[in-house]
Formats: sequence, structure tokens, C-alpha cells
Amino acid sequence: MTLNEVQEEITEEFSMLDDWMDRYSLLIELGNDLDSFEEEYRTDQNLIEGCQSKVWLHAWLEEDRIRFMADSDAIIVKGIVSLLIRLFDNRTPQEIVDAELWFIDKIGLKEHLSPTRSNGLVAMVKQMKMYALAFQHKK
Amino acid sequence: MTYSIGNIRDEFPILNRKVHNSELIYFDNAATTQTPLSVVKAMDEVYSCYNSNIHRGVHHLSNISTQKFEESRRDIAKFINADKEHELIFTRGTTESINLVASSFGDAFLKEGDEVIISEMEHHSNIVPWQMLRARKGITLRVIPLLDDGTLDMDIFSSLINERTRFISVTHVSNVTGIVNPVEDIVKEARKYSIPVLIDGAQAVQHIKVDVKKLDCDFYVFSGHKLYGPTGIGLLYGKEELLDKMPPWQGGGEMIKSVSFEKTLYNELPYKFEAGTPNYVGAIGLKAAVDFIENIGVDNISLHETDLLNYGRERLQHEIQGLLFYGTGGDATSVISFLIKDLHPFDVGTLLDKMGVALRTGHHCAQPFMDRYNIPGTIRISFGVYNTHSEIDKFIGLLKRVEKLLK
Repeated sequence: MTLNEVQEEITEEFSMLDDWMDRYSLLIELGNDLDSFEEEYRTDQNLIEGCQSKVWLHAWLEEDRIRFMADSDAIIVKGIVSLLIRLFDNRTPQEIVDAELWFIDKIGLKEHLSPTRSNGLVAMVKQMKMYALAFQHKK
Repeated sequence: MTYSIGNIRDEFPILNRKVHNSELIYFDNAATTQTPLSVVKAMDEVYSCYNSNIHRGVHHLSNISTQKFEESRRDIAKFINADKEHELIFTRGTTESINLVASSFGDAFLKEGDEVIISEMEHHSNIVPWQMLRARKGITLRVIPLLDDGTLDMDIFSSLINERTRFISVTHVSNVTGIVNPVEDIVKEARKYSIPVLIDGAQAVQHIKVDVKKLDCDFYVFSGHKLYGPTGIGLLYGKEELLDKMPPWQGGGEMIKSVSFEKTLYNELPYKFEAGTPNYVGAIGLKAAVDFIENIGVDNISLHETDLLNYGRERLQHEIQGLLFYGTGGDATSVISFLIKDLHPFDVGTLLDKMGVALRTGHHCAQPFMDRYNIPGTIRISFGVYNTHSEIDKFIGLLKRVEKLLK
């Protein structure tokens, strides 16, 4: 599936829920189901500090694809983190560099990715792209 | 006078609006209080009837606006019982007031090795200006620690004072916990050694009667927007004797007597510290806010808010499992800081926002406080003159729904 197809898939999943509470319930569920973060990577270097919540992001290269592992101390943020992982994990650096993120807007969670909402998510997306750029040059 | 909550709420149309299709519950008063119609009207009147720069024109409008501006200074001086009007300097707010003192007083009278005492509960605005002074002058910062109940460790405070102590700057009321500090004792202790004291009243003036003469502090600072007034206006009260000695902070118009390229003579108090066109519209709005408060009576407000505080604490304690309060020692104004076991404050705040509740989560610009208790932040609700028991009841109901969603 292409990145855009995944975004369409996520949008569809959320569009079936008209109530904000159901959408947040789904986010919370996604947060709870996110693969556990390996403690050895919970380092200051991998920490993206928001004003209100923290995000940890670890990235590595497997052949020509970037793998991501992430976590947050706030469950709603973790739910969004889980969506970003679903989108970007196991992609080539080029795909990530070129990616345009539009699904967050579409599923009504725009406020969480606005620069004024300092929950670490904006910085996380930026960091994922930085990793992609770095790995692209490494190759 | 009886406390007519209905009449008071009528003054705040914003309280009737909906947020995310729910009725607004505004519990973020420690960040900003809402503005009553009388304040909006006073400011509207400036723009529609007599807007003009102050202290400059000989023309009619300028005279009116100058007169209104100075009336505001006079009334706000009365509000905190300052002796002389010119002991009140209009600033942009508490932050600017503290920066003014740290820069003007600090640069002129403090030198390397001198010590300034602050406390562990300070807002960043009463920490960072002193750290900047430390970077400029090499002073040392000493910090009064907190006891487990959130109050200041006054024994340690006494032991921090020594022959190098040159300034004390502490908050009157904590913005995180609402705890009222024993500022009278702090001033008394400082008097023994003639150490100037600044009291940050940003969280105090809207809740309790402040009398700077009785308190005998050297500086007292506060903001308009936490006092039912407009934003962008605040006050620095300083004793004449000290303000006179202090050099101007910013240069420009208004603060001068005469300017030539060889020599500039500075203006007298308070103008010496009010460079440029001041926020006279804000000052006039703030006077209306002070009138609003005095019409109700600060003591009546205190009673109403203490009642809300007690009711809120009791209901929360009773209804929410695993709830932990932060800072319940000593006297407090109407602020409740708490956490719920296993729930992140950001999650709680985000979901409550969706239900129309305005509150604050996070570190409240007091990170050292959070470090002290080793927590990421708290959930803070803070009440104002217009809040009610039924809002608290509704809030508890919503909080239970949030709990269910998150657990």
C-alpha cells in the first residue's frame, strides 16, 4: 500500500465514527495496542519533549527501509503516535521525505498537530523526516 | 450586600457560550479571568469618545484621556492602599514589572557575590529575570524550598538570609496550588536586615485584600488580565524612596524632562519608568475592573471563592478514586491542583476540553515545583467570582466520564 492509501484507510476507519468520543476511544485503543517500546531506547537522545507530554522515538535502517519504534507518556498522544508509525514504519527514506500528511486534518485531530499544541507530535513528525533525510544520505 | 451570582454572571456574556457544542465551564481563572461588560464598555468608550495620546496635547481629547489615565492610577493605588499615586508604574503585566525591578534595581545596586532569595514555587517570571541578572552580574540565587504540603519551609528561609542577601522576591500566592504565603513574616524578617522585598501578587489581588502599606513590602506587582481587567496592562508598586534611586529601565518619550545630544534629564516618578505611549486604554479598563471588584467587595469574593474551594476539594476527594491533591497546606485561594492515579494530565485536559471545560494541565510555568514532586504536571482548576457549585457538580460528572474513557 502506498502512503496515501494508508492515509485513506485511516480516514475511512475514523469517518465511520461520527461522535468525537468514539474517535478518541479509538485513539486510546490504538495507544494501548501500540507495540511496547524497548526500554534500552528510552534515552534522552530519543526523547522529544513537548510542553505537556513526552514522546520517545527510535529509528533504524533495515536494508533500504526505515523502522520506527515510539512511545508517549500520554495515551491520546500515543494513539496518534501509533497512526504515524503505521504510516511511516517500514518505508523507504524517499517515501517519507516526499510524504504529505493530510489524514490528521481529515479525521478531526488537527489541533493535536498544530505548532501551538506542544505535545511533541509536531516535533515527532519533523524528527521522522529528519531520520529519513539522514538515512537517505547515508545510503 | 448579598452575593448575587446571577447578576455577576450577567456581566460576563462569554460564560453563556458553547464550546464543542457543550456549555462552557470556565475553570482557568488563574491563567486569565473573563472581562465584565463594564470593563469592555469603559475601553469602548475610550475609542469611541475621547481616544487621544496622554500627557502631550493641549487639546480637549488629550486632556480627557490624560485625566482618565491618571484617575486609573489613583484608584488602583487606593485599591492596594498605596500612599502615593506616583508609586504606581503602569507596565505590560507582572512579568514586565519583575523584569523592570530585576534590571533597574539589580543592575544598579547588585554586584557579584550578592544573593537574591526566591522560592521553589515561583512562576518562571519570577525566576528567569533573576537568572538573567545572575548572568549579567554574577549574583547568586538562593531558593526557599517547599515542605511536602506545598508551603514554604520558613525555617530554611530564615537560615538563607545572610550578610550577602540583597534582595528577596517571592510570590504572594502560588499559581499552582493557590497557597497563600506568609508574606508579612517574610517582610518582617527582611526588615531586620534592611533587605528589599518584592511580592508577586499576580495570583493574589483578585482573591484577597492586599494592603501594601500594612504589608510594608518594597515592591508589589500584578497583572490586569487576572483581575477581570484587560490584557497587556499591569502594575508595579514601589516605595518612592527606592523608585527614586533606581535608574530608568527603558528610554524614550514621556520618561524625559529634556533631551539634547549632550545630556538628557529624566522625568519624575512615575513617568521615569513609563517610556513611550503607555497602554492608557488598558489602564482605563483596569480601573473599571477594580471598580467591578470593589462593588462586589474583595471580602465577599474571598468568601464565595473559599466556599467553592472547600466544596470542590470535598467533592473531588469524595467522588474520584485515586485522586491526589498537590499543595493543601496553609491558607489557599480558589485553586485546586490534582492528579488522578495512572492518568496523564494531558489526556484528562484534552477530553475535558471536548466536553466544554476550560482548565489548565501541565507545569503551569512552574517547572521547579513539578521537579520537587517529580510529576509531569498537574490538572489545575481555578475559580473566579462567577463560578458556581453546580458547575463543580457538572465538572465532577464529566471527570468521571473522562476516567471511564481512559481506564
